[in-house]
Amino acid sequence: MNRRAKKHVLEGVAQYVVTLCGILAVFAVCSITFYMIAKGTPAFFKVGVPQLLLGTEWKPTAAEPAYGILYIILSSVVGTGFSVLLGVPVGLLTAVFLTEISDKKMAAVVQPAVELLAAIPSVIYGLLGLMLLNPLMFRLEKLIFAGSSTHQFTGGANMLSAVIVLAVMILPTVVNVSASAIRAVPAQMRAASLALGASKIQTIFQVVLPAAKSGILTGVVLGIGRALGEAMAINMVAGGSVNLPLPFNSVRFLTTQLVSEMGYAEGVHRQVLFAVGLVLFVFIMIINLILQRMRRKAVDNG
Amino acid sequence: MVKVETTTADGSSLTASGKRPADQLLYGLICICAGFSVLLLAGIIAYVLVRGIGQVNWQFLTSVTSVLKGTVGIAGNIVNTVLIVVLTMLAAVPVSVGAAVYLNEYAKPGKLVTIIEFATETLSGIPSIIFGLFGMMFFGQTLGLGYSILTGSLTLMLMVMPLITRNTQEALKTVPDSYRHGAVGLGAGKWYTIRTILLPSAMPGIITGVILAVGRIVGESAALLFTAGSAKALPKTLAGLFPKIFQSGGTMTTQLYLSATSEGDFDTAFGIAVVLLVLVFLINLGTKVLAAKADPERK
Repeated sequence: MNRRAKKHVLEGVAQYVVTLCGILAVFAVCSITFYMIAKGTPAFFKVGVPQLLLGTEWKPTAAEPAYGILYIILSSVVGTGFSVLLGVPVGLLTAVFLTEISDKKMAAVVQPAVELLAAIPSVIYGLLGLMLLNPLMFRLEKLIFAGSSTHQFTGGANMLSAVIVLAVMILPTVVNVSASAIRAVPAQMRAASLALGASKIQTIFQVVLPAAKSGILTGVVLGIGRALGEAMAINMVAGGSVNLPLPFNSVRFLTTQLVSEMGYAEGVHRQVLFAVGLVLFVFIMIINLILQRMRRKAVDNG
Repeated sequence: MVKVETTTADGSSLTASGKRPADQLLYGLICICAGFSVLLLAGIIAYVLVRGIGQVNWQFLTSVTSVLKGTVGIAGNIVNTVLIVVLTMLAAVPVSVGAAVYLNEYAKPGKLVTIIEFATETLSGIPSIIFGLFGMMFFGQTLGLGYSILTGSLTLMLMVMPLITRNTQEALKTVPDSYRHGAVGLGAGKWYTIRTILLPSAMPGIITGVILAVGRIVGESAALLFTAGSAKALPKTLAGLFPKIFQSGGTMTTQLYLSATSEGDFDTAFGIAVVLLVLVFLINLGTKVLAAKADPERK
């Protein structure tokens, strides 16, 4: 083969190879979806859709087992919701600080701090929650429920701990996405507002933030996805029983249910855990679709 | 004659320099929130160091926990972590860079590109516990790899692909078109141009993506628990590293999780936490240095 033909073949092969690399992501998403559905649906037939999704009793290893995951779903929804309610305002105001208020020197302290918070592995957050937050919660619990005969004491491993840990863990996401949204607001808008006599704070809250609204919302949705998918850290602080998502109850989330029982579950129990995985997957896919729609809109508008 | 209002609705004068109390309050809140992140980070570092630094010594890093020998150490977990990082990168880097090259250099805008970009976005939004579940079912059971370092690495490959692809794409976008035209004008083929001109120019961006991915892997736990398992033994010889790939092996994060939960060994947990914190901070620093090198004008 002469050099020219060789070159020609090589060019062709290269194009095929990189095309395959590109398609691999599509293949991965398709197989993940396929496996989640294929493994997750049998439990719905075996246990029954209402019994599974609306059942409140979780007794997988009892003589007459019950596989109700309603409280688990509710815990994930409530836990995610409250962590976002807690984390978003703090994250948003931190983003405002970074972009509108601080001088370069202060930003050089806060910005790396936020980045490092994002880099800390989730098991470390879990460990700290376990050692610091749970004992604190236990003291609170003893104070609040002193003399109560109906409350089951959890030793501090409860919903509230999980919400706080989650709020901290989504903070960097919210800060980063909001900060870039705020930075994208044109300077003329600030100048116009200030020229009309508005104070700096008024400008921020009544001009800049509304203008950055869609970007900030993207950050919120990203935070929801993060919180919903987080497993290890909250598994260490949220306790281990399936309960109504009340602040001082020991709870199980969709993710923590998988982490703590997948290791030993067998038979129908295992299938139900795959169903739990499927429910989580459906939630995540909905969040993903919302996110991509928002991004596409932002691109169209910008 | 028009009467000019010089006071606002709440009675404060427009010209007076007094500050509005609501402004002061919000300003204070903003500063508190910003301070919170800094204090939180400082608190986390301080607490982990105080609890864990006494645990970290030469023996801790070079031996394996053994009741018989009376040693406490994480050498096996360190080796497992390194193996997983190396294997994952060997699999993920070529594929991700290839995907980025396809998207940026070969593909014409159309349905396929939209689908690939959609899939990449989706992949980056899937939480690690789902990757773990999929890895366990597909690589572990369907392909019969069981709980092994290979299963873990293949699972993580899918997880970090979007990260490296995205960074490579960004880097390729910054390579000026004149480079491409120049190379083609001199008679170079497309692939030859990519290999000798575009990829070297995009190298800092690619390396940044790789380092970010390494950081992600070092801190990952949920995707590994059901794929790579938790064994902590150390291969006896260097040749033992190869069969290790097909055996179960827990990384540092997995061991931290087990130490802090089922084993109740908080000293080891905090020791590992110190090592992990140092590692992720070094990785963070590395990406900063690289970013500054790649783009000296940006501050």
